[in-house]
Amino acid sequence: MAAPMLRWGCRGRRWALAWVDGGSCHRRGAPTGSTSNRIRGQSSLAQQPLRTAQKPRKGEHKWAAVVGLEIHAQISSNSKLFSGSQVRFSAPPNSLVSFFDASLPGTLPVLNRRCVEAAVMTGLALNCHINKKSLFDRKHYFYADLPAGYQITQQRLPIAVNGSLTYGISAGKERGQVIPKTVRVKQIQLEQDSGKSLHDDLRSQTLVDLNRAEGQLRVDANVSVHHPGEPLGVRTEVKNLNSLRFLAKAIDYEIQRQISELENGGEILNETRSFHEKLGCTVSMRDKEAKQDYRFMPEPNLPPLLLYDATSLPTDADPQQVINIDQIREMLPELPSVTRERLVQQYGMLPEHSFTLLNEVGLLEFFQNVIKETRAEPKKVTSWVLNIFLGYLKQENLAVSESPVTPSALAELLDLLDSRTISSSAAKQVFEELWKREGKTPGQIVSEKQLELMQDRGALEQFCYSVMKDHPQVVMDVKKGNPRAINKLIGLVRKATLNRADPAVIKEILEKQLSL
Amino acid sequence: MGSLLRVSAALKQGQITPTELCQKCLSLIKKTKFLNAYITVSEEVALKQAEESEKRYKNGQSLGDLDGIPIAVKDNFSTSGIETTCASNMLKGYVPPYNATVVQKLLDQGALLMGKTNLDEFAMGSGSTDGVFGPVKNPWSYSKQYREKRKQNPHSESGDSDWLITGGSSGGSAAAVSAFTCYAALGSDTGGSTRNPAAHCGLVGFKPSYGLVSRHGLIPLVNSMDVPGILTRCVDDAAMVLGVLAGHDPKDSTTVHDPINKPLVLSSLADVSKLCIGIPKEYLVPELSSEIQSLWSRAADLFESEGAKVIEVSLPHTSYSIVCYHVLCTSEVASNMARFDGLQYGHRCDIDVSTEAMYAATRREGFNDVVRGRILSGNFFLLKENYENYFVKAQKVRRLIANDFVNAFNSGVDVLLTPTTLSEAVPYLEFIKEDNRTRSAQDDIFTQAVNMAGLPAVSIPIALSNQGLPIGLQFIGRAFYDQQLLTVAKWFEKQVQFPVIQLQELMDDCSAILENEKLASVSLKQ
Repeated sequence: MAAPMLRWGCRGRRWALAWVDGGSCHRRGAPTGSTSNRIRGQSSLAQQPLRTAQKPRKGEHKWAAVVGLEIHAQISSNSKLFSGSQVRFSAPPNSLVSFFDASLPGTLPVLNRRCVEAAVMTGLALNCHINKKSLFDRKHYFYADLPAGYQITQQRLPIAVNGSLTYGISAGKERGQVIPKTVRVKQIQLEQDSGKSLHDDLRSQTLVDLNRAEGQLRVDANVSVHHPGEPLGVRTEVKNLNSLRFLAKAIDYEIQRQISELENGGEILNETRSFHEKLGCTVSMRDKEAKQDYRFMPEPNLPPLLLYDATSLPTDADPQQVINIDQIREMLPELPSVTRERLVQQYGMLPEHSFTLLNEVGLLEFFQNVIKETRAEPKKVTSWVLNIFLGYLKQENLAVSESPVTPSALAELLDLLDSRTISSSAAKQVFEELWKREGKTPGQIVSEKQLELMQDRGALEQFCYSVMKDHPQVVMDVKKGNPRAINKLIGLVRKATLNRADPAVIKEILEKQLSL
Repeated sequence: MGSLLRVSAALKQGQITPTELCQKCLSLIKKTKFLNAYITVSEEVALKQAEESEKRYKNGQSLGDLDGIPIAVKDNFSTSGIETTCASNMLKGYVPPYNATVVQKLLDQGALLMGKTNLDEFAMGSGSTDGVFGPVKNPWSYSKQYREKRKQNPHSESGDSDWLITGGSSGGSAAAVSAFTCYAALGSDTGGSTRNPAAHCGLVGFKPSYGLVSRHGLIPLVNSMDVPGILTRCVDDAAMVLGVLAGHDPKDSTTVHDPINKPLVLSSLADVSKLCIGIPKEYLVPELSSEIQSLWSRAADLFESEGAKVIEVSLPHTSYSIVCYHVLCTSEVASNMARFDGLQYGHRCDIDVSTEAMYAATRREGFNDVVRGRILSGNFFLLKENYENYFVKAQKVRRLIANDFVNAFNSGVDVLLTPTTLSEAVPYLEFIKEDNRTRSAQDDIFTQAVNMAGLPAVSIPIALSNQGLPIGLQFIGRAFYDQQLLTVAKWFEKQVQFPVIQLQELMDDCSAILENEKLASVSLKQ
């Protein structure tokens, strides 16, 4: 337990999804969520046509879905939120457990400064109001991986509130059109993570790992549907979604299930559900924990967390003892939305490309380093980085930092292309050579493989002449006015030159020789 | 041999060695075993520590006043390698892997840990009668002073059946110091648990300001009120120990950063003419024994006659203290006790049908009725539907109670003077006629509000009752004015000359040790 967690959410109050047409769910054939035999029931239902025959009349029964997310994100810190023990991925079970983490009697929580700073920075990045005073609470429930019998969290007065995140989705008709969206952030709270239970059904035992430094992201989705203008519907909570793909699937499924349930005269229970990854459906957890009273109480061992800004900072404050919000604001890096906007403005790239550049760790930096060193057009660089470079990385499942091709090498390659020293197909060949990590520069590869474009016009004219002579039928086609025929000739000339000729130059020579 | 500082001087002068001192205390522990003061006697640890201390003295590298001094620690402080039970089945056999900060600080100064003292289970009680190891007997039950008075009383029964309680919940620590088995002991004080037994056992019982002394390693009762307490035979000793214990602990975020002056040496007040003593009128309750009432008033007169200003003050919310405490205490208890589930440490039942069944049976077997009752009440108060009506209201009342003190001190009062207890120690058979909850509610009446406000308070023995039993009065100071409070207490202690307990009959072959204790028995009652 006790890996520090940041939790931010916007429970039940966020309009996150577009209007969902009542009719659309019929096509999807949402199951009704029978709870006994639920797995079999779900799978068979999926193949059945929906029982309901009432098709809503057009324009009626519009449904709106309301989705709120509770996002558990692990703070990247060296030690845990309330103890000095380390946080390390995939450490042996229970090897990073302090006396406090094990909840030995008499131990007390000590707040990790780094985690507070991370929470403040996250709050600032999400346009939140940072509470200069926040409080910690105990949330009680009995569970084997919760050794204290309570979890320390910030329920009543969290560190940051009322934020928003603006983002864009590519959903327009035109390529590159991005529709801006805003989600509201209700609060960000610092929360101690529980331990991890490993259930061994075979021996009917549960093993508990109190390290709990895994699972960097975990999302609980609260979903309800209602008719616009009417009160919000009863919500369900789909717990422990650990990837964005499953999150989206679970929400989609849950919306459709609820609509279907309601249209069939059923009712939605305020319950906790889990997402069955293989079947792609949600199932009721039937968990005793789900409906319990957490008996929240102030955590008496942690004084209120006080934060300061430039105006409220006491003059005699020990910098080690206080946290200055303004100082953290200055440390805030350029936010992704600003970076994306800049990329679009500066390099004329499509907004979707700016997203791709930012979504891959290190890719933006790689891109900028190439830009710095090459004469090639930014558009060319974008295309090469996103199509070829990223394609190779994905193919081998490598991170940008693991790439065999350095930004300098790619920059040199793009220079060769830009100066028409090599053709673009030759450039791809050079790139493939570079990927082999043989320590050669693009220039060396080009000269070794003789990939330079032929600069000798006389020799090129000779090639063109030979090709025309050997392919009279094609020449005839050209002369008859078949516009594609010339391309065939160009191809044949290139082949004859072992791809070392510039197609534009060949075309020019051919046209001249054919007197077109 | 009486006070810690005197024996410390004897050690420094080589009149006695740490090992000799340790052995004498161990021998007294054995002789007074029937008092049930100790749950665990850490004889080997103490002797080894004494040996090391002796080496230091020989090499002229004494660690200070506490080096070689036998001390005892209430069994709700974690002690590395030494069983820590809280007098509960739940923690029988639990051996902590670490020392509470206060224990570590004492050991770092060379103190000898004689053992872990008895208490009410998880410190929930005011008699030291409700622990799984049985009740603690008050050494004064066997004192010459009390025995002689009883002979004069034709109604009193003979024999041992009417032995007296120590008060509690730190009764084991009080009995241990009172019976000369150690020179200072740690208690804990949540509603009076150090001051109450100190009053009943004729000792100085000091509750420091909340936040002055680390709670790390103290197994909590009510985190927001718990404070490690100090039991000694005189005020100077308590001040010396406080000097060692006080200060910020990185492991306890509720400890304050500004340390008090250390080492803490109390000056002797030459006169009290600049002092203003407040007498809270609400503390004059009908249940207060007339004897204590008259001693309280004599004490006030003493201050006045020596030039101090003595005024009546009002703490208007005092009467809500008990019920407010009940809500806050049980709520925190419900929360704090949640970790005792049998999984990781302490008692675990044999039932393994399900985790829930195991929890339930473990907790039923592990906790006594008092603890279970408080857990049940606390969980009730914390339910979502009750939280506002009980917990939040109690917190508001707590604030009002704390503000009462602030207002009193802001009106110019330096120190408040009150009784510590309603009466002197009562016989066990009398005490158990009422249940734990009733007793706690009655007995904490003068002490509890102080914990709500986080103030320092000290109980000072003032005189013997008509029955020959000790009576204490309480001084309450401003938050973090612990030194001022103890300075006043020291002046008072000197005036009243409380008599030393005479246990010669009980421990005749130890009389040599006790010979030196013959202090003049001048009391206010004369």
